[in-house]
Amino acid sequence: MLDEQKHKELKNKAREIRREIVSMVHRANSGHVGGSLGAADIVTALYYHVMQHDPKNPQWEGRDRFVLSKGHCTPVIYAALADCGYFPKEDLLEFRRPGSHLQGHPYQPKTPGIDACTGTLGIGISTGVGMALGAKLKKQDQYYYILCGDGEIQEGQVWEAAAFANKYKLDNVIGFVDRNYLQTDGYSEKVMPMDPLDAKWESFGWKVFTIDGHDFEEIIATIEKAKKETVPVMIIANTTKGKGVSFMEGEAQWHGKPPAKEDFDKAMLELN
Amino acid sequence: MEYKATKQGYADALIELGHENDKVLVMDADVAKATLTEQFEAVFPERFFNCGVQEQNMLSAAAGLALEGFIPFASTFGVFATCRAGDQMRSSIAYPKLNVKIGVTHCGISVGGDGASHQSNEDIGMARTLPNMTVIVPGDYEESRLATHAAAKMNGPVYLRFGRDKYPVVPEIHGTFEIGKAKTIRAGSDITIITTGVLVNEGLLAAKTLEEQGFSARVVHMHTIKPLDEKAILLAAKETKGIVTVEEHSILAGLGEAVAGVVSEHHPCPVQRVGVMDTFGESGQSQELLDLYGLRAPDVVKKAMKILG
Repeated sequence: MLDEQKHKELKNKAREIRREIVSMVHRANSGHVGGSLGAADIVTALYYHVMQHDPKNPQWEGRDRFVLSKGHCTPVIYAALADCGYFPKEDLLEFRRPGSHLQGHPYQPKTPGIDACTGTLGIGISTGVGMALGAKLKKQDQYYYILCGDGEIQEGQVWEAAAFANKYKLDNVIGFVDRNYLQTDGYSEKVMPMDPLDAKWESFGWKVFTIDGHDFEEIIATIEKAKKETVPVMIIANTTKGKGVSFMEGEAQWHGKPPAKEDFDKAMLELN
Repeated sequence: MEYKATKQGYADALIELGHENDKVLVMDADVAKATLTEQFEAVFPERFFNCGVQEQNMLSAAAGLALEGFIPFASTFGVFATCRAGDQMRSSIAYPKLNVKIGVTHCGISVGGDGASHQSNEDIGMARTLPNMTVIVPGDYEESRLATHAAAKMNGPVYLRFGRDKYPVVPEIHGTFEIGKAKTIRAGSDITIITTGVLVNEGLLAAKTLEEQGFSARVVHMHTIKPLDEKAILLAAKETKGIVTVEEHSILAGLGEAVAGVVSEHHPCPVQRVGVMDTFGESGQSQELLDLYGLRAPDVVKKAMKILG
């Protein structure tokens, strides 16, 4: 159970992160605002409650890892990493600018706190399960959190990774599918039907939990349950794309459209 | 002449490396019997990972293992690593410059009976255009063994290219091996033959024929396509009348174009390319395909005569 104080803290943090997301994408006039807003609560729960990590020592070997497999949603992870102190908040001003370490998609060699390069869809989960296998070989016990998009899981490679994690019994993998049912070209079940998702992952040998991806209590309690499993876990997190900004919620057009000045002002009022 | 598989040099080196360094891992994608990595598996079963028929996941997972400090040698056929899993090679491995070694076999037309679907004649081009990628194409068994050791010693992604068949053992290229440093294996002043991979012996044979015809041909063996030994190329451009490149690969985007690019920028000279024309291969016996597709010493001589005319 989360106490009231912690719950409030997380809610405030998520709101701050959402403000940064909208600001970053507005300033850069480029980036993915909808999916980032939708994943903000999961990322907040991970970085401010669940994960063992040390912003002063980003390469600490015993840290939990986070792989943003839906790599286009960098605004959410950059906002969290900057706020945690991995790099100065001013760096966010340079998001998607030449010379900045904050590339459009995660670039692990340059950005402190980024654990893996992603960007083309499907590679993140494979890299994540490879890392998790590495930890097993070293007999280390940290967790590997991997956030996939629900459009992303249409990639065949995702299911290759699913089979691989099952083969090597990677119970240190805790994945999320950010299930917002929207992707670039519209409603996911129309673009390429993937339901029933839970049965798909279960048939690959994963333990599946389905949750409300905006409910901190549920996110955190489910992760605790996941840690007790002896197989890889996929948490299907039902979310709303654009969550927190009313006119972006559930609208596919905000997948990759940057907010103009007017949209930005309206969004910031709502996120106050 | 003794014939030996280049992929056996890879397999032998992997076992030697396995004994030297417990960070060395080997991955394969259900072709371990063909790549010969099953020999590593027999000695180090706990450090061998058969990923099944999933080259894409194998390469990205190899990147994950490299991030955890391991040195994975991901093994499959050339055509699968580059064409099937090209994005994973690029985005998971080359872009973050991770310490993954991609060891591929069954490259070139000499794959033989499997035909065009398996004959990788484009892979050098795909690998060498990736920033951060080192590309090595050894000439025989021993050089393959040395190249694999050298790849393990350097930090960063390496593409190691081997064939399926047995190829001539060429003592001239044995001894030391330095990544990026070509070997001048025959002195000559009229023309230079630059070889890569298993056609090195055809280059040497061509040089002998040319000598009989009164021409002095230098042979430079370019085992590393990237970083390219530009010094050796420019020396040839300055000291001889022209260059013939010889590779078991498409004449597009491979050694030939790499050499032509260097000389045209710095010291223009005639360049003739021996390689697979811009065409797909077909089924046949390994050695007869080398004849059919014009990859033999007489083909090299013919091209040389275009320059020496």
